[in-house]
Amino acid sequence: MPETTAPSDAGPGDVAVEPVVNLTIDGRAVTAHKGELLIAAAERAGTFIPRFCYHPRMQSVGVCRMCLVEVSGPRGATLQPSCFIEAAEGMEVTTTSDKVKKAQDGVLEFLLVNHPLDCPVCDKGGECPLQDQTLAYGPGESRFVEEKRHFEKPIPISELILLDRERCIQCSRCTRFASEVAGEAQIDFIGRGEDIEVNVFPELPFQSYFSGNTVQICPVGALTAEPYRFTARPWDLDQVESTCTTCAVGCRVAVQSSSNRVTRLLGIDIDPVNHGWLCDKGRFAADAVNSGDRLVEPLVRKDGELVPVGWHEALEAVAAGLRSATRASRKAAKAADGGNGGDEGGADVGRGAEAVGVIGGARLTNEGAYTWARLAKGVLGTDSVDAQLGDGLPAEVVLALPRATIDEAAAARTVVVLSGDVREELPILFLRLRGAVVDGSLRLLELSPQPTSLTPYAARSLRYRPGEPGVLARSLTDASKPAPTGIDPDDLEAARALLAADGSDGPGDGVVVVVGRPSLAESGDLVADAAQALAAALPGARFLPALRRGNVLGALDMGLAPGLLPGRVSLESGRDWFTGAWGSVPATRGRDTAAMLASVGQDDGVRAVVLLGADPLHDFPDARLARSALDAADFVVAVASTPGEATELADVVLPAAEAHERPGTTTNIEGRVSNLGQKLVAPGQAWADWMIAVELAAHLDADLGLDSVADVWDEIERLAPAYRGITRAVLDAAGSGDGVVAPLVPTSVTLRNRSVAPLDPIAFPGVESVERQGAPPRAGFAETPSAETAGDPDGDDAGDDDDDDAAAPTSRPPVLSGPVGLEVPKVPQGDSYSARLVAGRRLYDDGAAVALVPSLAGLVPAGVLRIHPQDLDALGIASGGSVRVRTATATAVLTVAADPGVPRTVVATDFNVPLSEGTVADLIDVSSPVTELRLETP
Amino acid sequence: MAITDPPKIITSRVGFDDSYTLERYLATGGYEGLRKALTMTPEAVAHEVDQASLLGRGGAGFPAGRKWSMLRKDPVTYLVVNGDESEPATFKDHLLVERDPHQLVEGVLIAAFALQVSQVFIYLRGEFALGLERVQSALNEAYAHGAVGTDIFGSGFSVDVVVHPGAGAYICGEETALLESLEGKRGFPRIKPPFFPAAIGLYGQPTVVNNVETMSNLPWIVQHGGAAFAALGEGRSTGTRLFALAGHVNHPGVFEVEMVKTTFHDLIHAPVLGGGIRHGRELKAFIPGGVSAPWFGPDQIDLPLGQDEVADAGSMLGSGSVVVMDDQTCAVRAAWRITKFFSRESCGQCTPCREGSGWLERIMERIETGSGRAEDLDLLLDACDNIAPGLTWPPQQTTICVLGPSIPSSIGSAIEMFRDEFLVHIKEGGCPFA
Repeated sequence: MPETTAPSDAGPGDVAVEPVVNLTIDGRAVTAHKGELLIAAAERAGTFIPRFCYHPRMQSVGVCRMCLVEVSGPRGATLQPSCFIEAAEGMEVTTTSDKVKKAQDGVLEFLLVNHPLDCPVCDKGGECPLQDQTLAYGPGESRFVEEKRHFEKPIPISELILLDRERCIQCSRCTRFASEVAGEAQIDFIGRGEDIEVNVFPELPFQSYFSGNTVQICPVGALTAEPYRFTARPWDLDQVESTCTTCAVGCRVAVQSSSNRVTRLLGIDIDPVNHGWLCDKGRFAADAVNSGDRLVEPLVRKDGELVPVGWHEALEAVAAGLRSATRASRKAAKAADGGNGGDEGGADVGRGAEAVGVIGGARLTNEGAYTWARLAKGVLGTDSVDAQLGDGLPAEVVLALPRATIDEAAAARTVVVLSGDVREELPILFLRLRGAVVDGSLRLLELSPQPTSLTPYAARSLRYRPGEPGVLARSLTDASKPAPTGIDPDDLEAARALLAADGSDGPGDGVVVVVGRPSLAESGDLVADAAQALAAALPGARFLPALRRGNVLGALDMGLAPGLLPGRVSLESGRDWFTGAWGSVPATRGRDTAAMLASVGQDDGVRAVVLLGADPLHDFPDARLARSALDAADFVVAVASTPGEATELADVVLPAAEAHERPGTTTNIEGRVSNLGQKLVAPGQAWADWMIAVELAAHLDADLGLDSVADVWDEIERLAPAYRGITRAVLDAAGSGDGVVAPLVPTSVTLRNRSVAPLDPIAFPGVESVERQGAPPRAGFAETPSAETAGDPDGDDAGDDDDDDAAAPTSRPPVLSGPVGLEVPKVPQGDSYSARLVAGRRLYDDGAAVALVPSLAGLVPAGVLRIHPQDLDALGIASGGSVRVRTATATAVLTVAADPGVPRTVVATDFNVPLSEGTVADLIDVSSPVTELRLETP
Repeated sequence: MAITDPPKIITSRVGFDDSYTLERYLATGGYEGLRKALTMTPEAVAHEVDQASLLGRGGAGFPAGRKWSMLRKDPVTYLVVNGDESEPATFKDHLLVERDPHQLVEGVLIAAFALQVSQVFIYLRGEFALGLERVQSALNEAYAHGAVGTDIFGSGFSVDVVVHPGAGAYICGEETALLESLEGKRGFPRIKPPFFPAAIGLYGQPTVVNNVETMSNLPWIVQHGGAAFAALGEGRSTGTRLFALAGHVNHPGVFEVEMVKTTFHDLIHAPVLGGGIRHGRELKAFIPGGVSAPWFGPDQIDLPLGQDEVADAGSMLGSGSVVVMDDQTCAVRAAWRITKFFSRESCGQCTPCREGSGWLERIMERIETGSGRAEDLDLLLDACDNIAPGLTWPPQQTTICVLGPSIPSSIGSAIEMFRDEFLVHIKEGGCPFA
């Protein structure tokens, strides 16, 4: 079926034209590219060949024999597996002959010999490829009358997955997924013949962050997921397409619900991002929205107690609290000025605005983030707004670096990984990078203070001590610069070779840098400095930010960061444009989260804190600072969906809608903008964030003029330079599951007419409306551009009508680029008795996304301090023993484990997981760029 | 027809108690073939093998010389010797590895020289405890003797040979499953095309896989010339061949006989060979080439032991195993037993073989144990047809490898030859021979 699709990030002529072969399928002339599997070529040509083991995202194995077709050959037509045979010139293929039909009947009857017909109590019933294809291709009934093979009915193979070996048809999809895609061959076949079974190895559970995918691709009900088991029948489920915002990769998902509860998420196959896969956290954390523990009405603190009130009263209280904070700040400033300032209003407007700080926003939709940015910067006048909780990177640096897509990273010559453990933080990006190394020609250069999941796939891994990423980056690109101590010169030389230009390429061409936060105990400024050093030395290199929070890149793009305005524009360069549109913007650059928290209690510091779906007590690296700041703040507003420590200490709590309860858009690490689907009605009186901002503005006597989420998007498209041209029409275009990468590349805007193969319902059973699954043109044919276009951001098109009512007095400001001035903190020398702390991330931690989900809450690991065995020996402490840790501000006795991968004099551990005493946030001091520890025997 | 008295090409030493030692081997002309080969060009050695028309002795009977010529040119190629002989009643390689391991090693070295491979793997059935020990000892002796390793006999040619034991799976005798097993993976056969070993074999490199008996013929062929070998036998079936005679005969055992010139009647009845049917009973049926082969009846006993002759008659010489069934044998039980073997030994990879073998076994069991139904015969044949479409000979297959279409052979033969016996089982609700 011909369809149009939204423009993709890929440049013009992105699809290589492959050599074509001509063949006939059931007498029809068909073209295929050389090397294309018959089953795929037939599918593209509209002939569906039944299959079980074949999966378009994995290697063919040809074991189920369901896809047998007759193929002409030197010895006449023979039955051949179409998932294994490549289309060839002159091939004659028959898919419907009596011989083929008999083979299909035979295979299905054989498959049902040992398959229990317990469909009425099977989760897969109703969306089961075995059921469906038996109906479509099988014999009417089975002649099997004997006893079937028996196994113990479902056995748990992990906390999340159950295995019913009786239902298994040995297609090997799950085992191939585990070994091929995830790289963790934890499940495999045991036994042979009829007694063959899939199982885990003795004593070793199926411990994978990707285990849910095996359930999704299982063509029968052999693998079931504990959270979904017996909760619904597929035909009772209702679906919207959306994008997962558990992390910032932006996997496309089908959100399925029943009775206003999300029952499950299924991965949708889109080429540029997730290929149909999801991580278990994304898949199962959706359950959080069903939590019985939701905030359903606004709360205001009265006589020390939070009591439910109506929205009007709550918003009045917020407005009063924010005004009072501003007034107090102004008064303090006046006092400092000697009382010479004018009275309220007049030239004084805006003074004192920085007394309001807004922390968080990565959980919001783009529309919510934009509206809050406008409220904060345009109405309240504060630039102290930060969607990151001191756990990311300086926003301007991230936005100004030339951006890469995930596809570009996967196709790169070399990817430099300067981030936390990608599998722990952005799991599907890990799959993409791993796949590109294993199946492609990608080489990884890892720069990390501790071993990560990508280390085994890296061509070189360089370990640096916290504080040294900038030195390391400069020594990599300039041989005259000294390398950090402890780096092997051969490794360094090999790493330089990985970055060296290839042939006629310019420096950095074909290099992508994945830049994130390797450690929460090391200042993000140091990493940003390293990234800028790489960018300067390798002008051709592109960067993929590895920031992990759901919509953090969208929030930054919408201006939820100090010094920024919506659309990747700096406060300075966008001042005139946004003053014209909004009326005013902050006079001076504001504070980031760390500075906001540190300023509380100072005369010109933050007095009122708005927490936008954020809990600094859990998520800010320095627990002591977060606690003291929030305790000392005059006024705290929490916009949240569930109660927690942050809402406990708030003066006003505003209930917000969660993911799947609000429409809008999100932006992933690539800058890919995609639609979020609304599947549920938010509980009680919870509102969408944009609506809260609009109403709060009204209580502050400002009319934002935004009446719907669509209004908000239209304004973003009109005002935010990086989002120019990404109209709702473009986002809603058929096949738009791929989303659109901002900013639009002018030449790629023409919608191409691609003949979309109806997506294989056997590959991803359970996903409805498969023709809209973004339907990857897997065959990789170049399509002729169609006449249909969806706007051209470069030229004058219908979208430009909007400019008239913008009546902007100035021209649109430029999108950030080039080096950003960065105050790189000086790293203290340290002494030979101290070690440096590394705090990485784990996928399952004590954050709300996991804590609210019963199936995941038990998976949070206990943290230990990982120390090089020689360092442990020097201390005289055995692995598993305890060490007393002393920092400038704290002390704790913690369990240690020997880890030879950790560099000497470095102590590595994980953030936001329980240690034997407290968490690592108790040790981190964000006022220092690195955290030095003293280790002693307890 | 009188049986011929051909030279003992591969069993000349089995009469000696110390036949497996290097001493005996050298005393009886051992390693002379290799020495001679090393003075020739590799092409000349291959030419002699081609001239010999040496048909592969593993089962498929593909000419060894042609197989060698199909090896894809590549800097890295392998020779793998298939000694995973594990079919019921098949035990000819068993004799060769235990009684004349040096002959195998010499053959392997000649082949390695002809193919110019520098790494050989001998994959032996794990249950060949003594055989494994003797081949490994022979190899060690050969290394010490300078026949294997670097610069063999000062010729400049170097090759290493590794003995690898199987782990008890019949399917690993299938050459591509053997290669998987050798690579350390599950013994799952590969799909052909594209995984023909000569093109994509061990570790993805071009590989020749030859049987133990095939290799053991090479020292004689090199010493006496391909023409001398081809002078024996008739047509494409040249030389002598080992037959493992089993079942209801007076003298079961392994016999080396001249091909074509000898008949099944000779093999079964000649006093120096099988010595006739046991207890003076009548022949009911015999399996001419291992349990994958369709059966023959007494009317086909005069067929010569020739590859094409047997194929034309609708069966095969296969693995060189001849199983004799006397008139007291229950055909249903015999076919059930064979089906049970295949069912246990199916690798479980592809559907028709994994599920079909188990189902067929269950049906056969029902009939033999008295729960047969009239419609079961058609059901058996149709289920067989779904594994081997058309039940033709040679068979077609819906499966990945030939284990699948091996299953219907015995069931099809039993029904075709002894339908009445099945009906009696069904009618009487049990086995008349019990």
